Amino acid sequence: MAATATRTRAAGAPGLAATVILLGGALYCLFPIAWVVVAATKSRAELFSTGTFAVGGGLLENLAGLAAYRDGVFWLWTLNTFLYAGAGALLSTGVSAISGYTLAKYRFPGRTLLFNLLIGGILVPAVVLAVPQYLLLSEAGLADTYWAVLLPQILSPYGIYLSRVYASAAVPDELLDAARIDGAGDLRVFGRVALPLMVPGMVTVFLFQFVAIWTNFLLPFIMLGDDRKFPLTVGLYTLLAAGANQPALYNLIITGAMVSLIPLIALCLTMQRHWRADLSGGAVKN
Amino acid sequence: MRRRGGPVPYLFLTPAVVLFTLFLALPIGYTAYLSLRGTKVTGLGLGKGARREVYVGFANLAAAIGDGELWAGWLRVLGYGAMVLVTMLGLALLFALLLDSAHVRLARFSRIAIFLPYAVPGVAATLLWGFLYLPSLSPAQGPLSALGGEVDLLGAGTVVFSMANVAVWGGVGFNMLVLYTTLRAVPRTYYEAARIDGASELAIALRVKIPILMPAIVLTTVFSLIATIQVFTEPTALRPLTNTISSTWSPLMKVYRDAFITGDLYSAAATSIVIAGIALVVSFGFLRVVRDRAFQER
Repeated sequence: MAATATRTRAAGAPGLAATVILLGGALYCLFPIAWVVVAATKSRAELFSTGTFAVGGGLLENLAGLAAYRDGVFWLWTLNTFLYAGAGALLSTGVSAISGYTLAKYRFPGRTLLFNLLIGGILVPAVVLAVPQYLLLSEAGLADTYWAVLLPQILSPYGIYLSRVYASAAVPDELLDAARIDGAGDLRVFGRVALPLMVPGMVTVFLFQFVAIWTNFLLPFIMLGDDRKFPLTVGLYTLLAAGANQPALYNLIITGAMVSLIPLIALCLTMQRHWRADLSGGAVKN
Repeated sequence: MRRRGGPVPYLFLTPAVVLFTLFLALPIGYTAYLSLRGTKVTGLGLGKGARREVYVGFANLAAAIGDGELWAGWLRVLGYGAMVLVTMLGLALLFALLLDSAHVRLARFSRIAIFLPYAVPGVAATLLWGFLYLPSLSPAQGPLSALGGEVDLLGAGTVVFSMANVAVWGGVGFNMLVLYTTLRAVPRTYYEAARIDGASELAIALRVKIPILMPAIVLTTVFSLIATIQVFTEPTALRPLTNTISSTWSPLMKVYRDAFITGDLYSAAATSIVIAGIALVVSFGFLRVVRDRAFQER
């Protein structure tokens, strides 16, 4: 609001320099994405012969090649990724919401300790977890299953932290008391009164967790052996490992990379109003 | 806040606590346990019972600490991490301050464009840049050879810079967003007051905005540090395109090799403990230094 008012002010020389620097950053960030979109349209011969940003005529052929690769395993990877990221982020948001709400709105022995323990998870390097998680899950007979990728990603320290911050800011105590006086039980108070008020913050938690699971490579790389259960990240890696020395496969790899980017970039663009990185805490606005 | 609720808060926290126990506490404990174990081969090492798991104390940890290959990995990650952290966070801070300043045009477009790589998985980002680094595809090759230099962007001396570029590209937007949203939460009246006092935009950025951002900068630095120490995806995904990256390029790659290729779980566990220890020491050390310097007046 203030920005639009001030933007109408004449941009002086410092404003011009700032704009140029920012546009430079924007171009740097868009460059590889623009390249892969163009490169995916090139046929095998065009890839090496035409200019970097010259659009080619091989897009449909490339897509057909990708669809045919190993009986369409690429589409399976896409479906798997949606499943891992969608279900994982949904469950994660649910657990974060109720945990954050409880830590914000109840006072009970062990509250600080539990909060510190759950949040401390942020600091634990994934490497300490991944190998023993694999061993424990294979002990339980769950290695190389969907569960092995889904379950370890439900608990999100960052999600719990954000939910706690959001619950204390967005849910007034008086409302909870009123609901309670009307005879509502704890679960009802949470589900019917607090949760609706927390929805905007929970959208942010969901988005962060969705992207985190979608982009994760290490965990599925360690947990899965069967390529029909791979998410896109591991699938793309196997494509790259198989085809990096065979220029004949470059089109497939590039097209696969391009297709794999579409859903997340679309999500980022449509949901960009909801990205609130209140990582530094406290400052939650409505 | 004053609600007590008897067992209810514990019931509500049960899912989180169960998940924490199963997927965090238990694996950490198991890693520590494994790091103290080893296999003992009796006889010729043939037949059932010839290989037994035994307690070896701190031998694995000592071996991990004394492992030259691991330290070579740490050195590489140190150089790589320094480049990534300074460039990524410096650019993120610069972009956030510029976006927040009053006279920028196309701010919305720039903000979204710079944030977009956040949505690109590390593997895909490495793949995109990796192809752009390939001499046969690289658009830089023409201008570079015109300048008289054949630069191999995936060569032994250059690959670490190329890799750092991928990490900077992928991380700058997220960090920028964190800093930018923190700045947006500051009441505009702060700046108006400084302006009335005659402060220039630059002075406001340096004297008002950066101090306000300090806690957020510290947090983003710690998270970036933890991520950099565990770098795995970029070097792993770049390996198929070049032979200048070894299978133990970074410490985490060595853990992966030990655990899943060589099959030596015990030394993998010990190396994990060393990495976790270094990560904790570095992040807490950083927090201490910064707190002493930056928050003295509070």
